[in-house]
Parts: sequence; structure tokens; C-alpha cells
Amino acid sequence: MIDFDPTDEQALVRDTVRQFASNELRPRARPCDEASQLDRDVLGAAHELGLVANALPEAYGGGGELSAVTGCLIAEELAWGDLGLALGVLSPSLLAIPVALYGSDEQKQLLLPGLVGAEPAAGSLAWVEPRFDFDPVRPQTTAKRDGDEYVLDGAKCFVPWQEDLSHLWVVASEEGELAAFLVDTDAAGLHAEPESNMGIRALPTAELALSSVRLPASARLGGAADGDLRALLARGRAALAACAVGVARAAYELALAYAKEREAFGAPIATKQAIAFKLADMATEIDGTRLLAWEAAWRIDQGLDATREAMLAIGKAQRTALAVADGAVQVFGGYGYIRDYLPEMHLRNARGFASFEALTLV
Amino acid sequence: MGIDFQPTSNTEISRAHFNRIAHEQMRPISRKYDDQEHDLPTEWVDFWWNEGRKGAPVDVSQPTDGFVTVCIQAEELCFGDAGLYLRMPTPALGGSAVSAAGTNEQREEFLSAFRGSGHPIWGAMAITESSAGSDSAAIQATADFDEASREWVLNGTKIFCTAGEGASQVEGGFVVVWATVDKSAGRGGIKSFVVPARTPGMKLVGVEHKLGIRASDTATLVFEDCRVPESNLLGRRDVKKRDPKQSGDKGFKGAMATFDASRPIVAAMAVGVGRAALDFLKEELGRQGVTIRYDAPPRELTAIERDVIEMEAELQAARLLTWRAAKMISSGAPNSLEASMAKAKAGLAVTQITQKAVELLGPVGYSNKLLVEKWMRDAKINDIYEGTQQINQLIIARRILDYPSAMLR
Repeated sequence: MIDFDPTDEQALVRDTVRQFASNELRPRARPCDEASQLDRDVLGAAHELGLVANALPEAYGGGGELSAVTGCLIAEELAWGDLGLALGVLSPSLLAIPVALYGSDEQKQLLLPGLVGAEPAAGSLAWVEPRFDFDPVRPQTTAKRDGDEYVLDGAKCFVPWQEDLSHLWVVASEEGELAAFLVDTDAAGLHAEPESNMGIRALPTAELALSSVRLPASARLGGAADGDLRALLARGRAALAACAVGVARAAYELALAYAKEREAFGAPIATKQAIAFKLADMATEIDGTRLLAWEAAWRIDQGLDATREAMLAIGKAQRTALAVADGAVQVFGGYGYIRDYLPEMHLRNARGFASFEALTLV
Repeated sequence: MGIDFQPTSNTEISRAHFNRIAHEQMRPISRKYDDQEHDLPTEWVDFWWNEGRKGAPVDVSQPTDGFVTVCIQAEELCFGDAGLYLRMPTPALGGSAVSAAGTNEQREEFLSAFRGSGHPIWGAMAITESSAGSDSAAIQATADFDEASREWVLNGTKIFCTAGEGASQVEGGFVVVWATVDKSAGRGGIKSFVVPARTPGMKLVGVEHKLGIRASDTATLVFEDCRVPESNLLGRRDVKKRDPKQSGDKGFKGAMATFDASRPIVAAMAVGVGRAALDFLKEELGRQGVTIRYDAPPRELTAIERDVIEMEAELQAARLLTWRAAKMISSGAPNSLEASMAKAKAGLAVTQITQKAVELLGPVGYSNKLLVEKWMRDAKINDIYEGTQQINQLIIARRILDYPSAMLR
């Protein structure tokens, strides 16, 4: 039956995460953006909430509640708090969800206990490549079988790269098909260069050069076939669409509050249709975009193919986030351009969704 | 329950049923009644009266999706033909007004004939005047109470009355007319009255020639000392000088509440027209060997693929906003904001989608040999009636800003 209300349990999770985002992420958004660094305290607090662990298999100490819809609710709230920090606190999912879904027993045993332990652990996934014609389903990074080993060559970017990161998944083309490989951050032939980007500055990321990185055959992500990796991409798009909704909502709320407070010609600028209608359009597009993200996530949870829906959702989410963030800068006028206020940060963050892939997973 | 995008099996039965009607009964005569603008589409009217109004063969022991199912029915029928949909012999908006603001006796008196075995009849709602549309407080039509005969006497001219020809001329139907009982009271003085078809003093003076939805009769009605019984007033008789939205006046609130239900329906109708154009576009592209790749990187997509994917996303966003507003009706939640969002989004989205479909199909799209150009003409009305895009933006803005109408005009 058609329904757009989360379950009571999901509503509780959403409200809890909203509170967390409000208390822990919001105050750190600007300082972490300026300093280009994550805050260790916030990672610890998020780990205590168990946002990633809750989705992992019970057999490995997780909550056993993997749900893309719930994941979207969480991702939106966190990104509403701050996108860079949200991607940071969710980064363990990049290591955890591929292995939980497609990993071998040994891989699960190797990776999952560390992610549900007492201390927060970093995770990462390298998918995007630094080229304008990057194709996520045909990466230029290659994996070639050589006896009992795989040899990886290529380049990656937008790779979350925290100091304590020990392993990550690297997505490559293996005989023309998608495959993922577990790579040790100390692997010979792997070179990581810290990145600096227009937005998501709170999230430390690296550009990777892989030059004849030799891996044991057991490093390949379980039995994951091309289609599994494509499904993972759809999970990433649903999650990113939810993040984009969160960014848009944050920018919209700022614009709404400012428009009611800022006076011009003796009245709040929100009393002018030019501003009021812009806000109305923002609110409408945000709600429509959220429903598209939910639909893609719901299909994933139903075990249905979500390629099309995830693409529609992320495409729409890119447009909405950019238009709303740009609109918020515009409503703020000159102040929108000043880094004392947040709209300019939302605009820098929002533009990223056109280039992100699999920066978070649900 | 939880977030769920799977309609019930009854909704699927309903969708399939009305989809078949769209293909078999509506599409074959779409062009005919677009060309023959003011002719009564008798084969369609008779089909609906004899067969269509029985509804879909749902399993009554199983649930439906409530108002979402109603929206899906509207989408399917407008996927068939939006003009013919509006020409169906039903109580239409007049019926919504009677249902929302009327008493049980009034519902029985005015609506029972629509379930009866007589000839096809129509209902309609007459609000708009030449200088008053959404600004209902500016309505000039008057209703005066004649104490002697205990009748309401209506005077004024109403335009853009959908189904107004059928509702005013065919015995058994009715028109709900908005008129003021006290001009000094502004909106508080606006009341609605049921005027049965062929009541003396109600005159049909014209039927519009339109850009689209030509199968729909858009009437101008003149009321000259048109008398209806006291009991034909919907809602309370007394006039509140303060904002009627804040008072308990079921009449004005009821009339406004009909928009909370009718806007999602109009949005669903819009989605139906948009889908007609988009589905046809994709089929035609497919015949020309162009398939849409949903897994290719944006930089590799052709301009046509990018356009189609964007059109699909916008249409689906409009549909989901519509279902959300409809779902809230079923659960009894206030939905004025969501209804206006759905209407504003769907009206604009399908206007743009159908215009783009004509563009992408080139000379073929522009030709009367196909229906795409007609769907573009039909689609535009969805951005205008039941409150223009801008009126709905105004409603949304007031809600999100928590401004009374005096703060945002």
C-alpha cells in the first residue's frame, strides 16, 4: 500500500540522528570546513550511536538491519547537519556494506569485527577517477590476473582517507567487468596524495595512483559480479541523493529564516513574491527529490533493480541541491557570499553531487 | 506500515482497467473531438454512463490505496484524453462541493441521480468571473434572500465553468455557484449555492474556443434573478466579518477544502497527459533505434537521452508529490500545503515535458498526424486551472513562512 510515513522505529532513528546532527555536526561545520579536517570527537560520538554498525550482520556483532530506506533517512539528517562531516561519520559503511553484501566469510571475519568494536574505525572505497569522461561502470583502473595474484593499475580520486585507514575497496575493470579489491593502505605501488576540493572540505580525501599493486586472489570482493557492483553504485546514488536533499534542506532553512528577518523598504524581504516564490519552489523541489530518493532506496530494499530509479534520483538531486543552495546564496545577497555565513559552503558542497559516486553507501 | 511504493493489488486492477478504457475508448476519438470542438462526444458519454461509471472490478474484501487510487484513475484516464475526461457525465467539482459542504439531505437530493438509471447528467462549479479568479473575495455575483418566497435570488456572470454546458442544460444536473450575500464582508460573504439544471434565470450564453482540452465544455453562464430554494445554500447562512478561514463556517471552509482534494486530482490528471507524451516519445525514439541508457555516465549521454531522463525524473517527482498529498487525504491529515505543492509541480512539469516532447520529435511532433501536439496544448491548462502556478506558489509560500494572507499578497 502506498505510504510515505516511516515506521515508528525509523522515525525514532531519524529524530535521534537529527538531534545528533544539530548538536554535534552543526557547530563544527564551519570550523571543520575552514580547517579542512574531521573532528575526532564527532567520529567517536557517531560511532557510539551505532549508525553504521546497526546495518551490519548480527553474526558479526551488528544490528542486522540493513535498509536503504533507513539509510536514506539517516544520510539526509547527517548531511543536513554538514555534508563533509556526514560523509566522514558514514565512511565506515564504505568498507562495511560491500563486504556485508558480497564478501567471503574470511573477508567478513577480517573486516567487520573492527567496525563494530569499541573504537571508531575508518573505511573507504575508491571508485571515482580524476578524468572528465569518467565512467563508473567502465573504470580505467584495471585488475589483471597474474597467477595467484591480481595486479592493479590506474588512478582514483575522492577517496576518503583518514589517518587511521588500514583497508579500502578499489573498484577496477577486470576483463571489461566491474570488480572490487581489498587494498591495504601500505600496499607497495599505492601512492596517496591528499586532495583539496571546492567543497566537502571537512572530509579528508586522497587521490590515489596505483602502479602494479599486487594483491592475493583472496583480495577480490567475494563472488561479486559486475551486476553486484552496479547494484552497489545504485545504493551509493540513493544515499547521495538523500545527502543532497539534506544539503538542500539546510540551505533552504537558512534562506527561509533570513528572508523573514531581513528587512528592505520597511518589510521583511520574505513578504516580496520574488523571494517568497523562490522559497516555495525550493520547498516543493526538496520534497519531490526526497520522494525520488526514497523510491530508489525502497526498490533496493525490495531486491528490485534500481538502476533507473537511482539515476533519476541522483540526477534530480544534483539539480535540486545546486539550485536551492544557489538560491540561498541569492536570498542572502552579499552576506551569502561571505564565509561568516553558511550558504556559500552549501553551494560549494552542492556542486559536488554531479561528480560524486559511491562516497557513501546505504 | 512504513514507506511503501507498492500500490495494492486493487489499485493495480483499477489502473489496468482504466488504462484499457484509455486505449480502447478514448484514444481512438481523441483527434475527432479535438477537431469537432463543441460536439458532444456521444460514444464516450454513453460508454461512461453505461459502463465506465461502474468502476473497476476490484476485490471489495481487499484494501485499495484510498485517494491515491482515485489519483491513479485520473492519471490513466487523462493518459487517454484529458478533454474527454472532463466531459464525463459525473458530478465533478460540483459534487466535491456538495460532498464537502453539504448536509446529508443535500447530498441525497443532488447526487443520487448520478447513481441512477436515467440519462447522462453533469455537475459543475462556477466560481470564476471576468475579473475574479483565485481572488474569490472580488466575486461580484450576488445572492439575495427573498424573505417572502424563502428563496435565494442569484445575479451575475460566471466564466470558465468546466462542464458548464452539460450541467446547466441537461435536466438532473446542477451547477454550484459562488456568490456574495454581503459585499462588505469580503470573503466572509461568499457562499455557494446549488442551481439545478434548467432553473429559470440561469442562461448558457457561450462555450469557449480553447488552446486545448477542446472536448471539454467551458461555459459562460449568466444568472438573472435566478431563484433557488433556501435549502440550496451549502453551509451556514450567517456572515462572519472576521476571516472565515478561522471561523467554523463549513460553507467557505468546505468550499476551500474542495481544493485540497481537487488539486491532487488535477495534478494526477496533469501527470497523465505528461506521461502520454513521454511514453510516446520514448516509443518513437525506440522505433528509430534510440534507447535511453540509465547506466551511462552523464557526459556520454546524448542530448536527447539527457532530456528524456530529466523529463522522467520531473514527471515522477510530480507523481510522487501528488500521491503524497492524496495519501494525506486518506489518512485525514491537513494537506493544503502538499496539495498546492503537487499542483504547482505537476502543472509546470507537464507543461515543460509536453513542450519538450514536441521539440524532440521535430516536424513529426508538430504534425496533427500524431497526438503529441495536442497533448502539449492539453497540458498547459494544468498550469492554470484550479489555481495557477503562481497562486499555488503563493499558498505554499504563506504556509512555509507562516504568514497570513495580509503579509504576503
